Amino acid sequence: MKLSLKVWRQKDAKSKGAMVDYSLEGVEGDMSFLEMLDVLNEQLIDNGEEPVVFDHDCREGICGSCSLQINGEPHGPDRLVTTCQLHMRKFNDGDTIVIEPFRAKSFPVLKDLIVDRSAFDRIQQAGGYISVNTSGNTVDANATPIDKHAADEAMDAATCIGCGACVAACKNASAMLFTSAKVSQYALLPQGQVEATQRVQSMVRQMDLEGFGNCTNTGACEIECPKGISLENIARMNREYFSANLKG
Amino acid sequence: MGILDSKVPAGPLAEKWTNHKNNIDLVNPANKRNIDIIVVGTGLAGGSAAATLAELGYNVKTFCYQDSPRRAHSIAAQGGINAAKNYQGDGDSNYRLFYDTVKGGDYRSREANVYRLAEVSANIIDQCVAQGVPFAREYGGLLDNRSFGGVLVSRTFYAKGQTGQQLLLGAYSAMNRQINRGKIKSFTRHEMMDLVKVDGKARGIIARNLVTGEIERHSAHAVVLATGGYGNVFFLSTNAMGSNVMAAWRAHRKGAFFANPCYTQIHPTCIPVSGEHQSKLTLMSESLRNDGRIWVPKRLEDAKAIREGKMTPLQLKEEDRDYYLERRYPAFGNLVPRDVASRAAKERCDAGFGVNKTGEAVYLDFASAIERYGKEKALIAGLNNADKNTITTLGKAVVEAKYGNLFQMYEKIVDENPYETPMMIYPAVHYTMGGLWVDYNLQTTIAGCYAAGEANFSDHGANRLGASALMQGLADGYFVLPYTIGNYLSKDIRTGPIPTDSAEFDEAEKEVRDRLSKLMSGSGLHSVDYYHKKLGKIMWNKCGMSRNAEHLQEAIDEISALRADFWENVKIPGSIEGINQELEKAGRVADFLELGELFAKDALTRNESCGGHFREEYQTPEGEALRDDKNFKFVSAWEYKGAPKDAVLHKEELIYENIELKTRSYK
Ligand SMILES: Cc1cc2nc3c(=O)[nH]c(=O)nc-3n(C[C@H](O)[C@H](O)[C@H](O)COP(=O)(O)OP(=O)(O)OC[C@H]3O[C@@H](n4cnc5c(N)ncnc54)[C@H](O)[C@@H]3O)c2cc1C
Ligand code: SF4
Ligand code: FES
Repeated sequence: MKLSLKVWRQKDAKSKGAMVDYSLEGVEGDMSFLEMLDVLNEQLIDNGEEPVVFDHDCREGICGSCSLQINGEPHGPDRLVTTCQLHMRKFNDGDTIVIEPFRAKSFPVLKDLIVDRSAFDRIQQAGGYISVNTSGNTVDANATPIDKHAADEAMDAATCIGCGACVAACKNASAMLFTSAKVSQYALLPQGQVEATQRVQSMVRQMDLEGFGNCTNTGACEIECPKGISLENIARMNREYFSANLKG
Repeated sequence: MGILDSKVPAGPLAEKWTNHKNNIDLVNPANKRNIDIIVVGTGLAGGSAAATLAELGYNVKTFCYQDSPRRAHSIAAQGGINAAKNYQGDGDSNYRLFYDTVKGGDYRSREANVYRLAEVSANIIDQCVAQGVPFAREYGGLLDNRSFGGVLVSRTFYAKGQTGQQLLLGAYSAMNRQINRGKIKSFTRHEMMDLVKVDGKARGIIARNLVTGEIERHSAHAVVLATGGYGNVFFLSTNAMGSNVMAAWRAHRKGAFFANPCYTQIHPTCIPVSGEHQSKLTLMSESLRNDGRIWVPKRLEDAKAIREGKMTPLQLKEEDRDYYLERRYPAFGNLVPRDVASRAAKERCDAGFGVNKTGEAVYLDFASAIERYGKEKALIAGLNNADKNTITTLGKAVVEAKYGNLFQMYEKIVDENPYETPMMIYPAVHYTMGGLWVDYNLQTTIAGCYAAGEANFSDHGANRLGASALMQGLADGYFVLPYTIGNYLSKDIRTGPIPTDSAEFDEAEKEVRDRLSKLMSGSGLHSVDYYHKKLGKIMWNKCGMSRNAEHLQEAIDEISALRADFWENVKIPGSIEGINQELEKAGRVADFLELGELFAKDALTRNESCGGHFREEYQTPEGEALRDDKNFKFVSAWEYKGAPKDAVLHKEELIYENIELKTRSYK
C-alpha cells in the first residue's frame, strides 16, 4: 500500500518542531507500525536526510518504550495494543497518517517523536516499593497464603508498562491511571499494608510536583491504555489517599 | 590450570558456597560508604545487584541505554522462573535442579556454579514474594507451578505470561528504594562505550549520554557488567532491538576473556518470519509446550497442499498428523529441551513438511488441551453429559486464563485465531549461553570487572533450560555478587575516590572519540541496517541451528570482509551531538561484526556437537548430538589479540565429581 505520512520533526528539546509530509510506498499489511517507520527511515537515509527518531526496544508490547500519537490516539486506532504491536493491516491504501509524540507538559519532547518520561520513574522512586531488604533473610514464600482473587487483581494492576499513553490520552494530562496502578498492586497485597499510608501520600505528592493535571473522570485513559488498566484503580487510590490523610 | 583459575572453593559440593561465604573478607559498613561501584545494565542481574549493593552500603551508579531501568530486556521474559522449592511434593531438590541444569547444558557447565544456583534458587522466590511480586496462585492461596522443558518436575513459578516483567519491576522497585535513599544514582539513556583500566584494574567507564551526545567519564572501585546477551548478532532474534554486546566486547578488548561464543540457544517456539521487512522475532513462551502439541502432516502432499492454501490443518485427520516429538522422544514428548525441539523442527521442515508459505513452520496445537480442560471443568461443574460446544467453551476459558496474553499477541501479529486453528511456530535465536568468562566469584579475567546475568557464560553450559535465565540473573544479582565482590573490595578501603582526570581516562576517552569520528566518516554507501542484516544472514545460514566446518570457514571469511566494508562505507546521517539512533546502532553493529567472526571461529574449533552447538560432522546415526568428552570437556575462553582471527584459545577443563557424564537422552 501507499501512504501519506505527516510526521512531527523537532531537532531537539530547545527547537521548535513542525509537521513534515512524506509519502511512502511498498508498505505491507504484515508490517508493524514501527517496521513501517523503519522503511521510511531507510528511504530518508538513502536520500541523505536524517531519519525520524522514536523510542522502541522490545517490539512486543511489554517494555513500554514505544509511544506515538497516531491520528490523534496514543498507540493508534487498535485497542489493547502498543504501537509496536499495531499492524499496518489496520490501515488502507492511500491513507494519510498523522504521527506525533505523546503530548503533555510533564513529558517534554527531546527530539522528533521521543519524549522524556522520567517523571514516571520519579513517582515510583517516591514510594513505589516495599521496604524489604534484598539480602535474602525473608520468610518462606508460602508462609502467608494470599487469596487468589486478590493476587490476580494485583497482577492486573501490575501489568502497567509505564508507557504514558494514559497521560497522552487525557485532556488534563493526568497521571492518575499510572500512579494508581502501582498503588493498587501493593494495596491489594498483604505485603503492601505496612507502608500503605506513606506510599500513597508520597507518590501522589510526587505526581503533583511533576506537573501532571487533575483527574476529571473522563475515562479516556482507560480506553487508550494498551494493557487494559482499569479505572477501578483510580477509585482505589482515591480511597487509599483519603484514608491515609485521615490517619495523618 | 593455566591462566584460568576458576577459584572453585574446596570441599564437598553442597558445602562449597556456605564455606566460601564464611571465608570471604568483609568490608565494614563504615568503609562501604567510601567505595563506589558501577553497575552497567539494569535488567534482572544488574537491577538486583545494584539494589543489594546499595543496601549493603556501597555507592552505586547504574547505567542503561533505555529511558528507564524498568525497560531492560528482562521485562520481556514470559514463561517463568525455576526454583527448587518442591512445593508440589514431586521429588524436587537442590540436587535435582543442579542435575537437570548440568544435563540440560549437555555437561558443559561448571558443577560448583550450578550447584550454588540451585542452592539459592528457593530464596529468590521468598525474596520476590516479600517485594510484592504477584506470582500466580492456586485457590488455596499458595503459589502455583508449571513445568518447563527438559525436566520431570513442576518447579516453575510464574506471573501469567509476564514473569520477567514482574520480576524486573520487583528489582526496579528495590532499586527505587535505594535511589530514594540516595544510595543509587541512575543514569538512563547512557551507553557504556569503554571500560577504563588503571594499574590493571577496572576503575571506571566511558559512557555516551544518548540525549546530548556528551562523552562522560565515570570512575569506581569496581565495575559490574550485567548487559545481557548478544543474540542480535543474528539480526533477527527474540531479543529487544537494542540488545547488544558492546559493553562485554569493550571489556573483552581490554583483557576479559570471552567464553564459548558459539553456544547460542535457538528457541523452538517463535512466530515464523513473515517477510524481508521483519525487524525482530516474537517468542511464544515455552510454557505453551505444557499444553500444546507439536506436529506436521505425515504426508508430503498434505504439507504441500497446506502451503498452497488448498487445505487447512483442521481438515487433517488425527492419523495423518505426525506428532514428531512425541514419536521420537516418548519420555519427554513435547517437553524435550529447546535445542532438541528446535533441531527436530528444522529436520521436518528441511524434509519438506513445513506448513507455511516459506516452508519454515510447524504447528503448535491446543485442540486436545482445550478438550481435556473442558471435560475436567464440565465434571467439576457437575455437567456429566456436556456437549462438544460446552466442553470447548469451558476448555478455551482455561487456556485463556493460562496463556491469554500470548494468544492475543499471536493473533495480533499473525492475524489468525489460535483458539480455532493451530499456531504456527519456528525456531529463532533467543539466548546466548556464551559470554564473558568469570570465575566462581563472577570476576572476569580483569581484576575488579565482574559479569552477571546473561552477559557471563557461567551456568548453562551448551544449552539453557527454560526458566533458568531469570533464576540465574536474580541469583547473581541478589545473592552471589554482593558477597563475592566484598572480597575484592576489602582491599580497597583505603584507596579513596578514583580520579577521572588520569592519563588512563584521557586515553580511553580519546579512543572512544576517535572511534565515533571514524564511524561518522564512512563513504556513505549503505545504512547500518544493511550491514546488520547481511551479518545476520551469514550467521543464520552458516552458524545457526546446524554447522559444518566448510560453512564456518566461509562465515569467517565473509564476516571479516563485511567488517572491512562496513568501516569503509557505512552511512550515518547527523552528528555525534544529540540523539543519533543510527550512530548508536552503528557502534553496536561494529562490535557484532567482530564477535560474529569469533563466534564462527569458536564453533569451528569445537569438533563435537553439544547442546545448542550442533556440528553436522558429529552426530549419531539417529541424528542426535555426538559429544566428545575426551577432547572437548572444556570451556573455550578467548583472549583478544587484535583481529578475531588472532584470538588465542585458553581452556578451562571441566571437572565432574558429582555427576556421571552420560549421553543426554530424552527418549
Ligand atoms: C522474549 C524472551 C522471553 C524470555 N523468557 C524467559 C523465561 O520465561 N524464563 C527465563 O528464565 N528466561 C527467559 N528469557 C531469557 C531472560 O529474559 C534473559 O536471559 C534475562 O532476562 C537477561 O537478563 P540480564 O539482566 O542479564 O540482561 P538484560 O535484561 O538484557 O539487561 C541488559 C541491561 O544492560 C543494559 N545495557 C546493555 N548494553 C549496555 C551498554 N553498552 N551501556 C549501558 N547499558 C547497557 C540495558 O540497558 C539493560 O538495562 C527470555 C528472553 C526473551 C528474549
Ligand atoms: S496505565 Fe496503561 S497507558 Fe498508563 S502507563 Fe500504564 S500501561 Fe501505559
Ligand atoms: S517497543 Fe516495547 S512496548 Fe513497544
